Amino acid sequence: MLIEILLALCLLGALVVFVLPDDYAPVGALVASLFPLVTSFLMWFGFDGSGNAFLEGGTLAYETMAQWISVGPYAINWHVGVDGISMPLVVMTTVLTTLAILTAWTPIDERRSQFYGLVLFLETGLLGVFVALDFFAWLVFWEIVLIPMYMLIGVWGGPRRKYAAIKFFVYTNVATLVMFLGFAALVFGLGDAVTSLDMPAIAQALRAGELGSLGGVGPDTLKLIAFVAMFAGFAVKVPIVPVHTWLPDAHVEAPTPASVLLAGVLLKMGTYALLRFNFTMLPDTASQLAPYIAILAVVSVIYGAMLALAQQDLKRIVAYSSISSMGFVILGLVAYTEFGLGGATFQMLSHGLISGLLFACVGVIYNTTHSRMVGDMAGLADRMPVTTAMFVAGCFAYMGLPFMAGFMGEYFIFQGSFAADFAGSMVFTAIAMFGIVIVAGYLLYAMQRTLFGEFRLDTDYTIGRAAFHDVVPLAVLVICIIGLGTAPDVFFGMIQDAVGPLLGGGA
Amino acid sequence: MAPLTALAPTLLLALTALALFVIDSIAPHSKNRTLFSGTATVGSLAALVAAGALLVTGTGTNGGVQFYGGQLVVDGMSLFFTIIFTSVATLVTVASYDYLAGETEQADYYTLVMLAATGMTLLASAGSLAVAFVSLELVSLPTYALVAFLKDNRGSVEAGLKYFLIGALSSAIFAYGISLVYAATGSLLFSDVAEAAAETDLTGVLGIGVLMVLGGFAFKTASVPFHFWAPEAYEGAPAPVSAFLSSASKAAGFVVAFRVFTVAFGLDITSSVDWVLAFQILAVVTMTLGNFAAATQDNVKRMLAYSSIGQAGYVLIGLAALGGGNNPSVLGMSMVHLFVYGFMNTGAFLFVALVEHWGSVGRTFEDYNGLGREAPIACVAMTVFMFSLAGIPLGGGFLSKYLLFYEAVGAGFWWLAAVGVVNSVLSLYYYSRVVKAMWLNDPSSDLSLGSYPIGLYTAVVAAGLVTVLLIPAFGLVTDPAIDAAAALFS
Repeated sequence: MLIEILLALCLLGALVVFVLPDDYAPVGALVASLFPLVTSFLMWFGFDGSGNAFLEGGTLAYETMAQWISVGPYAINWHVGVDGISMPLVVMTTVLTTLAILTAWTPIDERRSQFYGLVLFLETGLLGVFVALDFFAWLVFWEIVLIPMYMLIGVWGGPRRKYAAIKFFVYTNVATLVMFLGFAALVFGLGDAVTSLDMPAIAQALRAGELGSLGGVGPDTLKLIAFVAMFAGFAVKVPIVPVHTWLPDAHVEAPTPASVLLAGVLLKMGTYALLRFNFTMLPDTASQLAPYIAILAVVSVIYGAMLALAQQDLKRIVAYSSISSMGFVILGLVAYTEFGLGGATFQMLSHGLISGLLFACVGVIYNTTHSRMVGDMAGLADRMPVTTAMFVAGCFAYMGLPFMAGFMGEYFIFQGSFAADFAGSMVFTAIAMFGIVIVAGYLLYAMQRTLFGEFRLDTDYTIGRAAFHDVVPLAVLVICIIGLGTAPDVFFGMIQDAVGPLLGGGA
Repeated sequence: MAPLTALAPTLLLALTALALFVIDSIAPHSKNRTLFSGTATVGSLAALVAAGALLVTGTGTNGGVQFYGGQLVVDGMSLFFTIIFTSVATLVTVASYDYLAGETEQADYYTLVMLAATGMTLLASAGSLAVAFVSLELVSLPTYALVAFLKDNRGSVEAGLKYFLIGALSSAIFAYGISLVYAATGSLLFSDVAEAAAETDLTGVLGIGVLMVLGGFAFKTASVPFHFWAPEAYEGAPAPVSAFLSSASKAAGFVVAFRVFTVAFGLDITSSVDWVLAFQILAVVTMTLGNFAAATQDNVKRMLAYSSIGQAGYVLIGLAALGGGNNPSVLGMSMVHLFVYGFMNTGAFLFVALVEHWGSVGRTFEDYNGLGREAPIACVAMTVFMFSLAGIPLGGGFLSKYLLFYEAVGAGFWWLAAVGVVNSVLSLYYYSRVVKAMWLNDPSSDLSLGSYPIGLYTAVVAAGLVTVLLIPAFGLVTDPAIDAAAALFS
């Protein structure tokens, strides 16, 4: 029931904020976002789930299963629940939404109530993706996420906002269709083995080898086709090179709070779905294709970092760096070891917090200097010491400094990836680890040019210290990042419990 | 003779029409729009409640209630569609309150709407080809007048004339088709036609008759190749009438087609008269042509008109995918899609009516620029309609469309579903143009919208709410629809 309350509170908040007068919208939205935040914390503290609920032996927390639509051979149920993989993501989503609302106070000065209403509506969709266990409900939430993000970019974005919004919408929507075809092939291939679109039921049937042939295509080929189709669909969302081109456009044009949520949560939808669908349902095919996926992951890591190195726009630098960080997540998934999968999930969290922090920092810098170009500014540390400190902290976390979340995520992934048993896993890991050097390179280079040295600014704006409400989200994020880095077990324990059954072991 | 309570929705609508006549004869040319709109709304709401109550209490089960030796049948399907007609009629009468401000022939307008709605409920209950023909005319004649209602507007009159000419022609085709069916089978009653059709030697005559009857339905449902009137009529007609025509009238065409082709002609005769193939061709051509034509329009009303042709193509899948097993499920999903479509399409046209009411805004996509700032709530509703029509889960249209395609695949017609999916993707392009104009584009000139018409707003928001609420409440619609469809095949 707690999950339904969580979703209802978000949706209700969105509706209320949407009709509020503009002047009250920021505070109203902050208050409205606290309800789901508190609910998610209640869920977290009362959480008792061990094992990936997709498979036998796993248990779910706060599970609800009710009949929804009965039509034809496949029942559609309202089935929600959280396990150790989705619980941390739910908490991260509510935290980031509240902080994103705070970051919007300064830059968003028109049509505020609509803006905040859409942010809360976006939160509903995002949470729904992480809690839905029936494919249909999941798809509804998955698609709903597109609409507010499209609006947020298209209405409140930068100069090329319409282009970026439409590109984002078209890319991700077509990707969904491709994924949908892959999943539909599996469901039809299972034939009478499943009677619903329940994702756990389908995962179990697939793992039990009940897939038949469909239209003359044998089970093995069918698995391969479905895996590739689903992978291609989710890869766009992650995004993995070469289907990443929508991301920099969307990020650069999006307003700061939308960037925070886009990088922080939206990209996780892709990797979360890959874990839930591709790697949980079709592990054999995953290990069969492992070297190829690992190549894609490594290319994403290195190529994304190289692109970031070449950028002059601070926001673009952070945007491209997401591509390499998400590449690490893919590497962890494909390793398919306890540390690999657990590390991938942990990295989703840590990347969510760190990239959220960096985008928020860039937002604060842009609000004060009205420029994001690295060449326009220097020595900001003199004038904006707090923001600078936060930015430096975020960069260090990104580089993987110990005692910060990024370090733990990458450490887990590399440990898992070294132990993976597909051909060449060590080589791939070694190359990917080199990515960290490039990451450190471009972040240090960017910091050195913008933050340090003699103060200089090529715009007409005078800069003062950032407002209190601008710095609060940064501080909270830094605390979360350090907290997660020093005590990873607040989440890593439950993640490991959930990952165990996937690897064949007990809960 | 069964109790007349089963006909309560039809009788209530007819009585409302008569009441409006009486009021009009007492106070001719009255401009008291609260009275007229109120009477019509109360009448159609009462009919809606009656139909809902009958459906819930199980009047439609076990073959339903038969009148006049089976000439009229009140069963699950007729009640299900009566709910669609009366819902649309209610929305239209509420919205017309503002749209007709200042018109002198208000009573006539609402009377015609009520009479057309009466005809639709009769059409849904038709048990013989004769009743089907008469009630089809009862739907058509008032709507000809309604399309041409704006007498001082050349577009409206021209649209009415075109609609009337093509309507008269297709009525003639339909009537001739009925006569040929009668010649081959010796009966007009659906059940008798079904028996005789399986044994007749005159398969050629029967075949031509079936095809001509199909032509009559294609006109009413605005399916290719009898769709030419639709964009003209929808564009020229008053926008609430366009909503009524493209939602309720289209559903009426479909309900009688469903009944005639499953009960009267049935799947038994498809070995000699392959009408399923005809529907397959019709479905593919209708959705493709409608969607491609909609994508090239600059006028929002015309875009909606062509898109409603495309939507008719999806519904036709219900008949085109028969014969592959799963028949009741596919047909049931077509009915469900019509149900959801009734709300989202009516809402979309009523939003156009709202925009026309503001007057300062024209009809092209550019004229919708920046509306989201001025009228956020109505624009949210319109966004829901557009995305729902396109098949994005902001409204029930997503569920109905995907379930329809799922069932088509389940019945073995994956290629029909594939054509439908491709068309859906294409439709996203032109539906999202409206959304983009409303929210993303800046207003091209200074917008000042003036008053907020209460009736139109209420209707648009209500349609939007129902469209959204249909997502969680979807099971409430699918169950009766599938039961009703299953009853046709028993």
